[in-house]
Amino acid sequence: MNRAALLWRVASFAVAAGFVALWQLIANLKLVSPVFLPGPDRAWASLVRGFSSGDLWSKLAGTLEHMAYGWLAASIAGIAIGAIIGSSRRMRTYVAPSLEFLRPLPVSAIIPVAIAMLGLTQAMALFVIAFGAIWPIMLATIHGFAAVEPRLYEVARSLQMSRLAVIFKIALPSASPDILAGMRLSLTVALILSVVCEILAGLDGLGHWVLLSARAFRSADLFAGVILLGVTGYVTSVAMSLAEHRLLAWQAAQR
Amino acid sequence: MRANSAKALVLPLAVLVAFEVWARATHLQSDSLAPPSEIVMALFGAFADLSILAATRDTLFSAFAGLAIGTTIGLAFGIAFGISDTLDRLMEVTVEAIRPIPSIALLPIALIALGFGYRMEIVIVAFACVWPVLILSRAAVRSIEPRLMEIARALRLPPAQRVWKIIIPAALPRIFVAFRLSAGIALIVAVTVEIAINPLGLGAGIMLAQQALRPDLMLAYLVWIGAIGYALNILLVVAQNRLFGRAALSGDGA
Repeated sequence: MNRAALLWRVASFAVAAGFVALWQLIANLKLVSPVFLPGPDRAWASLVRGFSSGDLWSKLAGTLEHMAYGWLAASIAGIAIGAIIGSSRRMRTYVAPSLEFLRPLPVSAIIPVAIAMLGLTQAMALFVIAFGAIWPIMLATIHGFAAVEPRLYEVARSLQMSRLAVIFKIALPSASPDILAGMRLSLTVALILSVVCEILAGLDGLGHWVLLSARAFRSADLFAGVILLGVTGYVTSVAMSLAEHRLLAWQAAQR
Repeated sequence: MRANSAKALVLPLAVLVAFEVWARATHLQSDSLAPPSEIVMALFGAFADLSILAATRDTLFSAFAGLAIGTTIGLAFGIAFGISDTLDRLMEVTVEAIRPIPSIALLPIALIALGFGYRMEIVIVAFACVWPVLILSRAAVRSIEPRLMEIARALRLPPAQRVWKIIIPAALPRIFVAFRLSAGIALIVAVTVEIAINPLGLGAGIMLAQQALRPDLMLAYLVWIGAIGYALNILLVVAQNRLFGRAALSGDGA
């Protein structure tokens, strides 16, 4: 990072700090009732208290666990199903349109069905998160497989590679940018659905924590939870970008 | 083309028929599943007593109100950030700090500040709709042909006219793409808020059907919500093609 960029960064942080100061000012002057809007000092104190007592750690761990299991299950199943559908022209004409038809369905609408089948349980949450997160990954995989350079398939045919070898050696690597982009989209979906499921089913996690805090009008705890959810969203997406960068480095070098 | 669309229908029809036959053969008694014929009957029933139409109106009202507010805010900031590099760089940390907050996490805050009802749902939908519009309209404004901006400068257009006569028309196709994305998000967020907590609209309807152990009605709601999502998407894609044709494709990542 050169000097000018660094200065801009500092200035940008200063602006953000200005907004936090403004928030503090509004809270101090009680322009908005403190029942709804705690100052950043109180939210911060609540964060520190929550972490030192271990409460927030366990909530954070709960949410991350829901998110990670659901997302990993969706990634594995999504890539597998996407590869099966994407690698066969017949499957693409018969199955892909139905999937495209289902795509605009608000996935949260599956929650009541999942509750009816599995009850207000951990399994329900995992099913819902995985179901919601699978779409972007699966569709990206199908799309990535369909967009593979046709000459690569010709090479595979002339080398008489098996279908599995074609998938693992040609299609998956060349579709990997699409797949990783789909996985990144799914990460956000997984976080949102984790929060919704925790709210609905009372599962241990940040979603449940913010709802309880709201019910008890503990606004500082509520804001602490929301800030932590924002941090979770930010950190997971940055981690995904880094992973994407690492995994796709060979492609950047090729171009 | 026609043969392909016929093939596309084979799988869903086969699944429906198989499910119907299986449910009839086993005399299905379930809290979570119902044969397709009963789902269709429940859907007609919900239409006949107008309950599903009232719920649709509530959901769409919240979704569109939130969409309108969110798009306006996103567009205003997006254009401002697109025009002024200084402003964009100064606000970067602030935007990046707020954006990753999952919209649904604001639900408890909106709940204690605004209570149940339309207002809290609209606020959450608006928050979710701001970001795609902000980011895509910022990119759209940046990619405007520089000569157009030179003309604006040569004509000494005042800033308001510059935005209105040059920037918005030039960026409009890509702004519409952003609007289309946000409209999908608006519906999803509205339904999610209703399912999670707000006793209103389609989401509350489907939860109520589940709690009343009416799987046929619950699945009828599910089908209807899916149909609305699909129709909204088709409508906006058609509108985009009609209004802008190929011009919008450049901004369409999908």
